[in-house]
Amino acid sequence: MKSTVIVFPGSNCDRDIAVALERMQFKNQMVWHKETTLPKSDLIVIPGGFSYGDYLRSGAIAGKSLIIDEVIKAAKSGCLILGICNGFQILTETGLLKGTLLRNKNLKFINKDIHIRVFNSNTKFTNKYKSNQILKINIAHNEGNYFTDVKHLEKLKSENLIAFRYCDEKGNINNNCNPNGSLDNIAGIFNDNKNILGMMPHPERMVDEMIANKDGVNLFSSLIN
Amino acid sequence: MNISNKIIENHGLKIEEFENIKKLLKREPNLLELGIFSAMWNEHCSYKSSRIHLKKLPTKGKQVIQGPGENAGVIDIGDNDAIVFKIESHNHPSYIEPYQGAATGVGGILRDVFTMGARPIALLNSIHFGSPEHAKTKSLLNGVVSGIGGYGNCIGIPTVAGETKFNETYNENILVNAMAVGHALKDKIFYSKAKGLNKSVVYVGSKTGRDGIHGASMASAEFDENSEEKKPTVQVGDPFTEKLLMEACLELMKDNSIISIQDMGAAGLTSSSVEMASKGGLGIELELEKIPCREENMTPYEIMLSESQERMLIILEDGKELEAKKIFDKWDLDFVVIGKTTKTNNLTLKYNNKTEGEIPIEALASKAPLYDRKWIKKKPKKIEINLKDLKKIKIEDALIKILSSPNHSNKSWITNQYDQSVMCDTALKSGSDAAIIRIHNKDKAIAVSVDSSANYCKSHPLTGGKQIVCENWRNLIAVGAKPLAITNCLNFGNPENKEIMGEFAECLEGIKEACEFLNYPVVSGNVSFYNGTNKKNIYPTPVIGGVGLIKKLKYPLNLNFKKENSILILIGKTFGHLEQSCFLKENYSLNEGMPPEINLLNEKNNGESLLKLINESFVLSCHDISSGGLITALAEMSINTEFGAKIQKPKKLTNLLRYFFGEDQARYVIEIEAINLSKVEKILKDNEVYYENIGHTQKEYFEIEGELKFSNKDLFKINNEWYNNY
Repeated sequence: MKSTVIVFPGSNCDRDIAVALERMQFKNQMVWHKETTLPKSDLIVIPGGFSYGDYLRSGAIAGKSLIIDEVIKAAKSGCLILGICNGFQILTETGLLKGTLLRNKNLKFINKDIHIRVFNSNTKFTNKYKSNQILKINIAHNEGNYFTDVKHLEKLKSENLIAFRYCDEKGNINNNCNPNGSLDNIAGIFNDNKNILGMMPHPERMVDEMIANKDGVNLFSSLIN
Repeated sequence: MNISNKIIENHGLKIEEFENIKKLLKREPNLLELGIFSAMWNEHCSYKSSRIHLKKLPTKGKQVIQGPGENAGVIDIGDNDAIVFKIESHNHPSYIEPYQGAATGVGGILRDVFTMGARPIALLNSIHFGSPEHAKTKSLLNGVVSGIGGYGNCIGIPTVAGETKFNETYNENILVNAMAVGHALKDKIFYSKAKGLNKSVVYVGSKTGRDGIHGASMASAEFDENSEEKKPTVQVGDPFTEKLLMEACLELMKDNSIISIQDMGAAGLTSSSVEMASKGGLGIELELEKIPCREENMTPYEIMLSESQERMLIILEDGKELEAKKIFDKWDLDFVVIGKTTKTNNLTLKYNNKTEGEIPIEALASKAPLYDRKWIKKKPKKIEINLKDLKKIKIEDALIKILSSPNHSNKSWITNQYDQSVMCDTALKSGSDAAIIRIHNKDKAIAVSVDSSANYCKSHPLTGGKQIVCENWRNLIAVGAKPLAITNCLNFGNPENKEIMGEFAECLEGIKEACEFLNYPVVSGNVSFYNGTNKKNIYPTPVIGGVGLIKKLKYPLNLNFKKENSILILIGKTFGHLEQSCFLKENYSLNEGMPPEINLLNEKNNGESLLKLINESFVLSCHDISSGGLITALAEMSINTEFGAKIQKPKKLTNLLRYFFGEDQARYVIEIEAINLSKVEKILKDNEVYYENIGHTQKEYFEIEGELKFSNKDLFKINNEWYNNY
């Protein structure tokens, strides 16, 4: 399976995701933001970091970069797109995913391992997870507080477009285990066609037992499946 | 322009120093030249009060590739891998403007590391604040922590370890020390020494603005009530540009274009060009109108003294300009040839072909003032505290007091604001004795830790100096690493005061003795004097940053208990030394007497023997015993796990408070499987290590037989309340 990682100036999880993809047997290629064509690939990843310094608004400038038109085209033709952290923010800026990511409710950067529950395990990204499986996963962001309008939220729920929600270690979902104030504890969402996933937690950080755990592995093996 | 005494004073120079400048130039300097002398001759850049003492430190060893004098120190970790590291202070700017001060401290130390060809892999910090009750402490803490996080998180280097301490001695002068650690290939290390005539001198990175002019001079003076007015001398950081600069430099370093490279840190373009030329025994000529400027009409004086961040100076091989420029264009960074190396041995500054200043390089570097300042030895006060004279206290209550104190409380409020995991090689994070960072794509790892003990250094600088080196060494051992070398950040008061200079000289003597004995050389560092306000000096606070090697990382060894019914062994002898302890400070507000004695022989033997046990995989968990004594160490091993401990009282008749809270050195607690006890005991006996079996682990409770019993959950609560309520 072929993957492409888009590198913006200020991306800083690009190497991490590339290592994880290669570890999971993807044939991966890095593409610089000034490129205007994309290599043929099955998966495009927009990695975490601070693209263009996150100046103006996180993801805003990357959302208008040269390569992003190609990403949008690919997305519309059904290519799988994964946006992690800053990548999720960029996807909302392009409109490929609806809603937005506000500042964390405590107004501070948060890095820690938290728990999320898999809400839809019947997608290209999540089919190797069990339904309602609880994952322990790392978050690292300043703006991860997902917000959207009532109508869209209803749609996310009714069409099963919520990928992950923040929970406690037993799987309970409430305010105490919501690290950043996200609406309905939302940690990741799909687009209507479920070929685009945006998520704040970092699955690429959870593929190596020596460093963390392997709870992120199944996201990549789902894609290969 | 006539240089008046007022102008000289405003440049932080003494009249005698000005007379000396005239002698070296054989004429009076103009204002530009005076500014350059002031930038190069201040304490921060010239080390004029400290050089004599720094020379005594051990800096060599088989493991050392580059000692002090370069942008950072370099050590060998085998297989063509090298570790590049250094610590630096940013105390004065951080007090004036905490966010930018701390952020640019991180930015500056990162540049020192990647300038040498290393990709930074870890950041550490040691931050000291005044009393939590002091009106400024809360906002300073908030600003500094956000600044450190803001820079490191954005550039994408994990902040993996550090220390945060509160003491009223820092009320008016906080300490912010940042350390960066990088990985390089041993045969691809870059130095700042210029070589060759007529080589292009290239400016890369951010544009030059009016920020930070005379920052280094500010950092070389005491504060007074007008310090707030110095805000414009604090630089503003841009981690995004630094990320681009780092990637561009590392990309350029892949081939052989660079002769030498130097970051523009304190005193900006002035110190970077002078250092490169002086190391190479060359002259350097700059055409100042070519410097990319952020603001209009900047004068040569402003250009030369600006401390704008994220800039580098590179001397290129002939004919490499075009290729190199391509790389910087790709990263949208300025790349301008601004001058050349010359044989004049002068710093020549031209603006539109007119010579604006010309100074012999050696006058700025080797001829800079060197002071053998007067100093006096500290007379130790050998006060022994008699516990019978103090109000009675229960062990239980004393432990609660310590675990809930600002200095011992869980610091996740801070560390959760730092990205510790980016780069995916952090095997052990903050909250451990040391952090463990795996070398990318390899089995080996390094351990890193920063440590200080200002109370010990204040009461007896010689012992304090030894103690911090030992404690740092111990922290690396406790995670299974072989300690290799250190960097030090020496934070002291006013060196013109002979008592302060005495603290400096004696602390350094202590550091030297310990480093020599432990074969733990100093490879880089920084001195920060004039930490104080209105004649009130801070406690002497040398900070040690150590790096150790784990040849093959099998599992990251940490301090959390792992199992039920394992045996707990206390390594090292307990005498019950309570003077200068955390116990007396937290419970009785006493800080009198001498710090615990350091026995280097035991320190070395205990540590090296423990390392043998760890390498044989006998050790399930391990923690060094430091501030708060044995009981605090045991509680800390319980807090974050489901396992606690059941500890017996000492068999010999001893005062329990002294036994449990004493801060005797060279001690560790280890957890081992009962089945391995005889093998472990044999190794300890063969190596003549003093040890005691003190108990075993159990589920959920931390207990001292017949004295106290806490559930781990309660301990966790006690340990986690302070920051959340502050």
